[in-house]
Amino acid sequence: MLNGFFGTGGGLVAVPALEKSGLSVKEAHATALALTASLSVASVLLYLGGGRFSLGEAAGFLPGGILGAAAGALLFRRLPSRFLRRALGAFMIYFAIRTLLR
Amino acid sequence: MTEFFAAFFSGAAGAMGLGGGTVLILYLTACAGYGQPAAQGINLLFFLACSAVSLVFHGAGGYVRWKTAGLCVLAGLPAVWAGFWISGLLGPERLQDVFAIFLLALGLQQIFGKNKNTGK
Repeated sequence: MLNGFFGTGGGLVAVPALEKSGLSVKEAHATALALTASLSVASVLLYLGGGRFSLGEAAGFLPGGILGAAAGALLFRRLPSRFLRRALGAFMIYFAIRTLLR
Repeated sequence: MTEFFAAFFSGAAGAMGLGGGTVLILYLTACAGYGQPAAQGINLLFFLACSAVSLVFHGAGGYVRWKTAGLCVLAGLPAVWAGFWISGLLGPERLQDVFAIFLLALGLQQIFGKNKNTGK
């Protein structure tokens, strides 16, 4: 539902649920990725069919995103994730408050 | 060029399990002038491309439980449609407010929650 509602966030629910069903952390993350990717296909079709965005609008972001995904996968074990997680958390809170106070 | 770096950072954050989708949606709405529904749609397609790259690595490592994923997809499809339908009822402004509240919760979880992924 998060996937269709926000266009993101499905993995936040899927990963812990899959872990509770007995999958290891790595299996849960990988399986959640397969799940959310599949559900995203349905969401993209709904969003395109509903005229909420066009393929042309998204195309410009794909090269940078694919390179970033590869770089992120390679750097995954090398960067201090606790610092990154907190920095991103602060970034999210700042923009959330800014949006709510606009 | 700004678009490229925003996409690069979002892709990298996503691959590291740090919520790349939210980063791109924030950039699109706060900096690039897109409405919330369009930003979410762009992010979905963006996520599809990035997750395909990640799935190649995860699939090769044998970590994906395809049967479990398939069963979850069957259960999740009606919920995806329901989420899409409800978001349409809210309208762009209210959807952005609800997203901001979701983001606030996510940000607090990122700062104060436990990180089981790496333990770092």
